[in-house]
Amino acid sequence: MATVVRRKDFSLKVLSRNPENYRRETKLDIHKAPQNPESYLHPFAIEREYQRALNATKLERVFAKPFLCGLEGHRDNIECLAKFPTRLSHVLSAASDGEIRLWDLSTKKCISNVVAHDGLVRGMCAHRSGNFFLSCGQDANVKFWACSEEGHVTQEPVRTILNKHVYQSIDHHEKDDTFVTCGQSLDVWAGDRAQPYQSYTWGLDSMHYVKFNRIETHLVAVAADDRSIMLYDIRGGAGVQKLIMRMKTNAISWNPMQAYIFTAACDDYNLYTYDIRNLTMAANKHEDHIAAVMDVDYAPTGKEFATAGYDRAVRIFNAVEGHSRDVYTTKRMQRVNHILWSMDNKYILSGSDEMNVRLWKSKAAEKLGVLKPREKTAFNTAETLKRTFKDHPEIKRISRHRHLPKLIFSQRKELREIKEAQKRKESNRRFHSKPGAVPFQPERKKQIVELKD
Amino acid sequence: MDSFDKTEKQAEKTKIRYFVPREPDPNGGGKFSFVRRSKEVIQEKPVPKEKLKKWRKNESLKGKTRTKFHTQKLKDKKKVLDNVIEKSARSEFLRTEEAGEIVGENVYQVTQNDIKEKADEATQQKIFDLRLNQFGPYRIDYTRNGRHLVIGGAKGHVAAFDWQTKKLHCEINVMETVADVKWLHQETLFAVAQKKWVYVYDNQGIEVHCLKHLDSVLRLEFLPYHFLLCSSSSKGYLSYLDVSIGKEVSGICTKQGRLDVMGLNPQSAVVYLGHPNGTVSLWTPSSKEPAAKILCHGSAVRDVAIDSSGVYMATSGMDRRIKIFDLRMYKELSKYQYHHKQCPGLLDFSQKGLLAVTRDNVVEVFKDFTSQAYRPEKPYLYHRCERLIYDVKFCPYEDVLGIGYQLGFSSIVIPGAGEANFDAYEANPYQSKAQRKQGEVRLLLDKVKPEMITVDTNITNVDLETAKELQAEREKKKYLKPSKIDFTPKHKMKGGSSGVKLIQRIKGVQEQNLRQAVRTIVRTKQVEGKLDSHNQNRKGLQKSALDRFKKKN
Repeated sequence: MATVVRRKDFSLKVLSRNPENYRRETKLDIHKAPQNPESYLHPFAIEREYQRALNATKLERVFAKPFLCGLEGHRDNIECLAKFPTRLSHVLSAASDGEIRLWDLSTKKCISNVVAHDGLVRGMCAHRSGNFFLSCGQDANVKFWACSEEGHVTQEPVRTILNKHVYQSIDHHEKDDTFVTCGQSLDVWAGDRAQPYQSYTWGLDSMHYVKFNRIETHLVAVAADDRSIMLYDIRGGAGVQKLIMRMKTNAISWNPMQAYIFTAACDDYNLYTYDIRNLTMAANKHEDHIAAVMDVDYAPTGKEFATAGYDRAVRIFNAVEGHSRDVYTTKRMQRVNHILWSMDNKYILSGSDEMNVRLWKSKAAEKLGVLKPREKTAFNTAETLKRTFKDHPEIKRISRHRHLPKLIFSQRKELREIKEAQKRKESNRRFHSKPGAVPFQPERKKQIVELKD
Repeated sequence: MDSFDKTEKQAEKTKIRYFVPREPDPNGGGKFSFVRRSKEVIQEKPVPKEKLKKWRKNESLKGKTRTKFHTQKLKDKKKVLDNVIEKSARSEFLRTEEAGEIVGENVYQVTQNDIKEKADEATQQKIFDLRLNQFGPYRIDYTRNGRHLVIGGAKGHVAAFDWQTKKLHCEINVMETVADVKWLHQETLFAVAQKKWVYVYDNQGIEVHCLKHLDSVLRLEFLPYHFLLCSSSSKGYLSYLDVSIGKEVSGICTKQGRLDVMGLNPQSAVVYLGHPNGTVSLWTPSSKEPAAKILCHGSAVRDVAIDSSGVYMATSGMDRRIKIFDLRMYKELSKYQYHHKQCPGLLDFSQKGLLAVTRDNVVEVFKDFTSQAYRPEKPYLYHRCERLIYDVKFCPYEDVLGIGYQLGFSSIVIPGAGEANFDAYEANPYQSKAQRKQGEVRLLLDKVKPEMITVDTNITNVDLETAKELQAEREKKKYLKPSKIDFTPKHKMKGGSSGVKLIQRIKGVQEQNLRQAVRTIVRTKQVEGKLDSHNQNRKGLQKSALDRFKKKN
């Protein structure tokens, strides 16, 4: 800046920059980048931002390759999957021929396998310590298996409990040395006892799925064949609540962050999220599958869950939204029976009818591995941009678009038509009957038949 | 908990503990032992409110919301916005350069020689004259960062150079008449409107393209964020050519005759054409009709210029007037009439809002012309060339005005014309080659679509009109309810208004109304059902996201 005061009649100040102030000194320095947020220097800032958001959305779809690998080795249908709460890379899978395999996800290899049961393996769960896991099978045995830190499983069970009835499902308590099994009745086992110390029945039908709450650890949710979901407190003598629905519940998953929320995968193609404080109505209904939902598992964040569908698709739902945010299919994947969300929130495992366990990314377009700081910033920026412009029609369309198998595509269309027809019929009936004769019924209430205390 | 405890805790919170390496122990203690020391966090000084006010101008996040959820959302949004405002205001402290000015009495008498005498050496270098008396008159153009200059003589001489270092990039003679020259997005390419077609040359003077879409072009403008080269021809055609893909985006027959007056709004990318009948028309690539027409002068328009904020337009006409319009209201703000035999010619706004006006061989630079109360008595500065001036342009980010005239080119210093503090992510006069290349890629990735050029719509505005239309349509279609009617029957004699009769009469009217409503619902449903099935088979009815920017009939 040159300021010269003249003795005559004017003082002069002219813009004169020293280029040295604006260039980097050496090649090792970063470039100098002065900034000026004055709006007239940034024309079309919003339009350019929109363009960036559009590009980011398109790139997300380009890089959406969720399938990582198939874990091959089983010689029969996958019957169950189980994760270790304290081990990230180890996962258990069991098949219809009674074989249990332990997989290492970092190497994508089977570490050890053991023929555990005579016939189907019905249920499996890991102990919190990670030192052993439990399995129950068609041979009416419950077996305890020890596994080392490296993942090696002993070929003989540590302990075996012989029963009269087949147990359909098993789950271990979060903290205590207690586990529950279900079949003809819900049995609670503790310590080294050979007999259950508590047995519950409510009605005559058998129970096929049991799950412990991870926060309120004494709470158990059970799905029974009489289309009901039952809640038990294992400290008490009888069940707490029984909710009878129109269709059977296949699986239940508790929200790991909200103790009072669970989601039930139902045979009527939908999932229902319930708040146990008020079971007269579902907190949410999650649609999109075109066949029975076989399994559901929450992400450790409690914000999302993955579902396994009889329609050969894995879907991922935002826990508070009614429709799925993503769907994973492959040409070869058959009916998906089991699903797991890994404890690091990064991967999803699915077990399907054609003897394969598949490993997926939980975010389809996510880049795996260590990110450099600049990459991280770029991804964060893209994420923010997408969020900012997510409601713009063009961006919405691209981000929602999925190429689906023909069957799913046409079935969804058909289901939509059926639903619309039903709605139309109901409204017509309402229109032509006495006011109040055809009451409005919320979608979240329709599936409930009865609630018993 | 009492208040003392609270303040104690807060004070504790503002401290951050650092592990500081201890001086090496002379007695042979551990070299890498650390001691825990607390250090006060430097509290940022709050920005004065007056400074914040300037940045807060257009943002208003007031209004009612229906739910707590939305109130919270609005609050969060406001927080983000406040943060942006605060940071913008704070960035003012970091600015290193100050805008130039001349202070004194009768400043307009200050000549370039006076300035040259008093200014520093770098500024003296900026005042120069190129005597090129063979191929003139000259048209000129500066690059977006103000570093490079291209000049084109009417008789075919074209030269491109870095005017600050005076390094010549190329000098060629195209052996044809040159009507206009224009840099494209960077200093590597420039377009020249020649007698027949427009040619694109690179900075070595090699002909890269011959654009046969654009013929008999008189004026060129370039939209760097859209990569659009706008040209107006002597045959009345306005063309938009996307230079990144080499395709003509839009060609408009304006039906207005010879188009030798063109201005560009840098904020909205709308093209302003001046016509011999005194009107100025506004054009966008998505419409074949002008978006607006403004009657500015009683006789032909000589030139149009729009200021850098895109708010003010200056026009000069054969009626010896200069007028300033506010483009937010399309309203005339001020006008200025020259004396007899003096007619204003070319106009150009500087970044800081100075207005250069040519009059034969004289350039006058006015300050504050856009303020409504201003009546220019004397220009801010004044410069006389030897011959008729043919082109005048301010250099971005410099206090320099370039003048192309009959006998060559001259560069003069106008203190206070340019923006002192540039934003390196938009335009950097000191960029390296690698930065330029990177910038080009960025610019191409963020290329704005030509459909987004509109006169008044913004992409972030909620498209209420379409939403309302859709809503109305939806409501019309489904489950219409007959409107309730309030009906007080007339009083009737002879027991006609007795209790039972009265209610019967009211019910009668209501039922009649209901029946009528049902009938209309059924009918509309039938008609629309037919239309729907008909429309399903028709193509081209799908709405595009950008449809809302189209001009509605």
